[in-house]
Amino acid sequence: MHAYLTAAMFTLMGFAFVASTLLLSRLLRPSAPNPDKLETYECGPLPVGDAWQQFNMHYYLFALLFVVFDVEAAFLYPWAVAYKQVGLYAVVEMILFVGLLGFGWAYAWRRKALEWD
Amino acid sequence: MTIPNISFGPFDLVAVAPYVALGLMLATVLLAVPVLTWFERVTLGLIHDRLGPNRVGPRGLLQPIADGIKLFFKEDILPSNVDRRIFYLAPAISMMPPLVAAALIPLGDFRVDMGGGQTRPLTLVAADINVGILWVLGLASLQVYGLILGGWSSNNKYSLLGALRSSAQAISYELALSLGVLMAVLMSHSMSLVQIVQSQTGGIMHWNILGLFPFGLVAAGVYAIAAVAETNRAPFDLPEAESELVAGYQTEYSSMKFAIFFMSEYAAVVIGSCVAVVLWLGGWDPIHPVLGFIPGPLWFAGKVLLLIFAFVWVRSTLPRFRYDQLMRFGWMRLLPVALVALMLAAAMSAYRTDPSAGSRIPPKPEKPKPLMGGTQSL
Amino acid sequence: MRPGVLIFWLLAVPMVACALLVITSRNPLRSALFLVAHMLLLAGMFLSLSAQYVAAVQVVVYAGAIMVLFVFVIMLLNLGGAQKMDAAGLGWALGIAMSLGLAALFVGTGVWKSGLHAGKATAKTLAQGGTAQAVGFALFDPELPWLFPFEVASIVLLMAAVGAIVLAKRKL
Repeated sequence: MHAYLTAAMFTLMGFAFVASTLLLSRLLRPSAPNPDKLETYECGPLPVGDAWQQFNMHYYLFALLFVVFDVEAAFLYPWAVAYKQVGLYAVVEMILFVGLLGFGWAYAWRRKALEWD
Repeated sequence: MTIPNISFGPFDLVAVAPYVALGLMLATVLLAVPVLTWFERVTLGLIHDRLGPNRVGPRGLLQPIADGIKLFFKEDILPSNVDRRIFYLAPAISMMPPLVAAALIPLGDFRVDMGGGQTRPLTLVAADINVGILWVLGLASLQVYGLILGGWSSNNKYSLLGALRSSAQAISYELALSLGVLMAVLMSHSMSLVQIVQSQTGGIMHWNILGLFPFGLVAAGVYAIAAVAETNRAPFDLPEAESELVAGYQTEYSSMKFAIFFMSEYAAVVIGSCVAVVLWLGGWDPIHPVLGFIPGPLWFAGKVLLLIFAFVWVRSTLPRFRYDQLMRFGWMRLLPVALVALMLAAAMSAYRTDPSAGSRIPPKPEKPKPLMGGTQSL
Repeated sequence: MRPGVLIFWLLAVPMVACALLVITSRNPLRSALFLVAHMLLLAGMFLSLSAQYVAAVQVVVYAGAIMVLFVFVIMLLNLGGAQKMDAAGLGWALGIAMSLGLAALFVGTGVWKSGLHAGKATAKTLAQGGTAQAVGFALFDPELPWLFPFEVASIVLLMAAVGAIVLAKRKL
């Protein structure tokens, strides 16, 4: 558990580093804002509306498939460190597991869900 | 390699080793940016057959310092439409994962002479964690928040599109990354970075990259491609494709906030290379035991530098992917190849009986009782 | 105060604070961010119980995958700005009743399963039981009953994948 405390210490040091850099630069740099300068940058033309709009739902599909395969990977970790002791049995089990998910992947491929249209 | 146990006041070498490793890694990650910007520009200059930086200091060595000073003195523009708190939080979040992952990287191991003919092993690592590589992956998966939040809080269409693209790219290649890592875990039977390196001791033939041939090589390739994609570097630098999206999620960032995003990219490159060396190239293990007189950390640093050079080489050689090609490649090529290779490698390794064990299924050592049910928990 | 107890409070207080901020924030993205912070602190809680593997998976799957999905949905559906949330009295009452019921269910299951015994587990057995190796042995050992649930998990994941594709590919 000691090791985790060291890692936690790194997190604190990281935040301290970022905060101190931002603070230092705030002390050093000039500040001369004006309304035009603070406008959203769109290469010159005035922006029309907010950027917070609805976007292509296809991104959502990728995120969902990612969750599915990430959970699969989470099952693979304990297997990868234990399969040697359990033997061929565990390998067959996992091939079944991955094979079943392979159907999901094949379905996505057939439905062209992974293509960008 | 045996070294004497030097004492520093009330502490000896064994006691201070984690702090030495901590300081070394912290310095490496933070100094990586100035050193690597110079290294990258010089290398790009060489590859493009042009001069590269040569104005500030000998061979342009002081250029990164000049750049740093410039960034400190640049005006910081906080656009009026941004979500302020998240706008400030995003660079900090993107800097954190590589910094914390640095604590887990082992740099070398020694035998310390404790006096009286006794030695004890000492590993130069800040934090040796039983599931270390899983934490590295977890941290890598948190880095995507830096991009998403930076792009979203900017309230700029280019930023938001860049953030969406880069986060979709990052999660797609993260799968391939973890499957590549799993192959190394499978070969070393451990998730502790120290044990993974120790399982590869004995020269290049024992390194994971040549293990379970050819699957080690395939998985190392998958890892390498996914690592380049995860760090958003060319040819996968779609989120900042300047011809399409200005600077992607960084468009509205200026001054030091921009610099921190910039630093986090280079820090991620360093950590990605370090992890690759640990997983595939034997960590601090010399290429042949004959060369064992060179200290382990030097081997480690050399291999990491080699991989960083490869990062730059790839950047200067390959053109950028188109976005649909990128997603197609990640999901339809990299993912199935990695999964099938993993299954085949496991079958191969389970089929190969251990000659010393005798039976197909070796006895299960130290199998702990499951902590499920009964009065055992709580 | 023992160090373990101190760590518990150091994690528990911010955890509850984050959980409250999730439901009180007006901005959905901030809610999601507080939920991420909550998940990370929960991983710390698992660590303090020596469940190293579960803690790491908590970060990889919940903070790193599921919450990314949440954030995606928030970004894609244009829930960007602050939302007006006029929770009526009935909504509050229902929410509080449901969360109390859920808490009672969890606590009750714990008490029913183990009956508030101190247990035989020592720091050492806990530390051994929390590693990925131990989880792997328990999951794949043919003598233990976890293999069937494991394969069922695969089918559940398959259904999730197919369902997502059907929904997303339907002509809207």
